[in-house]
Amino acid sequence: MDKTLPTAAEAVSQIKDGSTLMIGGFGGSGAPIELIHALIDTGVRNLTIINNNAGNGHIGLAALIRQERVKKLVCSFPRGRDTQSFADLYTSGKIDLELVPQGTLAERIRAGGAGIPAFYTPTGVGTELAEGKPVEEFEGKSYLQERWLKADFALIKAEVADTMGNLTFRMAARNFSPLMAMAAETTIVQAGSLVDVGKILPEQVVTPGIFVDRVVEISDPAQEETLNRMDARYPEGSVT
Amino acid sequence: MSGALDKIKLTNAQIAWRAAQDIEDGSYVNLGIGFPEMIANFQPDGREVIYHTENGILGFGDAPAQGEEDWDLINAGKKAVTLNPGASIFHHADSFAMVRGGHLDLAVLGAYQVAENGDLANWSTGGKGVPAVGGAMDLVNGVKRVAVVTDHVTKNGDPKLVQSCTLPLTGLGCVSRIYTSLAVIDVAAQGFVLREKIDAMSLDELQSLTGAELHVERNVESLKVPN
Repeated sequence: MDKTLPTAAEAVSQIKDGSTLMIGGFGGSGAPIELIHALIDTGVRNLTIINNNAGNGHIGLAALIRQERVKKLVCSFPRGRDTQSFADLYTSGKIDLELVPQGTLAERIRAGGAGIPAFYTPTGVGTELAEGKPVEEFEGKSYLQERWLKADFALIKAEVADTMGNLTFRMAARNFSPLMAMAAETTIVQAGSLVDVGKILPEQVVTPGIFVDRVVEISDPAQEETLNRMDARYPEGSVT
Repeated sequence: MSGALDKIKLTNAQIAWRAAQDIEDGSYVNLGIGFPEMIANFQPDGREVIYHTENGILGFGDAPAQGEEDWDLINAGKKAVTLNPGASIFHHADSFAMVRGGHLDLAVLGAYQVAENGDLANWSTGGKGVPAVGGAMDLVNGVKRVAVVTDHVTKNGDPKLVQSCTLPLTGLGCVSRIYTSLAVIDVAAQGFVLREKIDAMSLDELQSLTGAELHVERNVESLKVPN
């Protein structure tokens, strides 16, 4: 079994207008910059994006948003040091936002990947984010019903992948990625290094290959924070 | 009044120091982004405290030296951190299982308003602009004990401790202790119970800066902090 593809462009080539995408990462940690840039190059639009944040600066997710490719963002924290790309479109009504508490976002994605259509959580009870959601009591305490989140595609950054799609993650770049890999119909991975089957010890696999569909090796991948410190733009030279 | 108040009130660092004195040895603790993060700087010697960050680390340590940052190793505030011996890294569902499953002993958060029944408003000022919630609602509903560090009044001098919150709520009845720039106050069945106040302020003055009744159960201690 070989899930590898030679380029990021080929890895994202089946993503179509109107798709729902989960994009891994918490801020810049774990953001699959090269896959997002390859996605920008395809010209797709009307995307629904599920990510914890709204991108920073003028690269990666922020660049995708800046180019008005995203109709809706599902996220917990769309504010940050440089989230102007999202803020401009949001305040002018050009992008929808579904604000989800961070733990609920993680659990909704996990539920989507695990085949659990809804679950109950204490998070959000009595707040405006509970509006319209069923409430039920368990053992004398109120809980909100939250529904699963699923996606057509997930874009994930791994540290090491083998050709079957078994993955490990670097430091805290793991964050949402193992959950998103489970919850998407097609999971596309950029890995810092691609190794032969058997080179990752089975007990060190974090995301088993069953959750992964395509792998492209991107050695020495870009880091959102580093790019932003250089005030990088994507596409290069683009003016905003 | 605000000028005079600024002279006698505690600094954020002093509030953080006071909050740190109550964190027990062996605790697993989450500190909110910004001001609450300062509490880690004042951990008393001899106590082992394990800090949790929502993005998936237990046991993170100090910020690295400038130029030594690893941007895959950040905290919930997106700041670079280091790992202490015994640290662990996990995905977001595990991280919030620690939060919602009641495995963390303490969360210390900032506040816009705290009500006398323990309701907390700390995620939205209700105005225009981009809303953001992060993990606040998960923390207040899952961590065993939730404390707040805050200025006693807003920049305009309005009370932040109130009868009921007027700003959007983060959680209901979740706060158990409030460390302010003037006092230490518990939230109990009867409402706010004053435990400590700075010497420079009388009980009447403190009450006038508080939006709900301050109950006094026993002696009010002097709130003393290092300069």
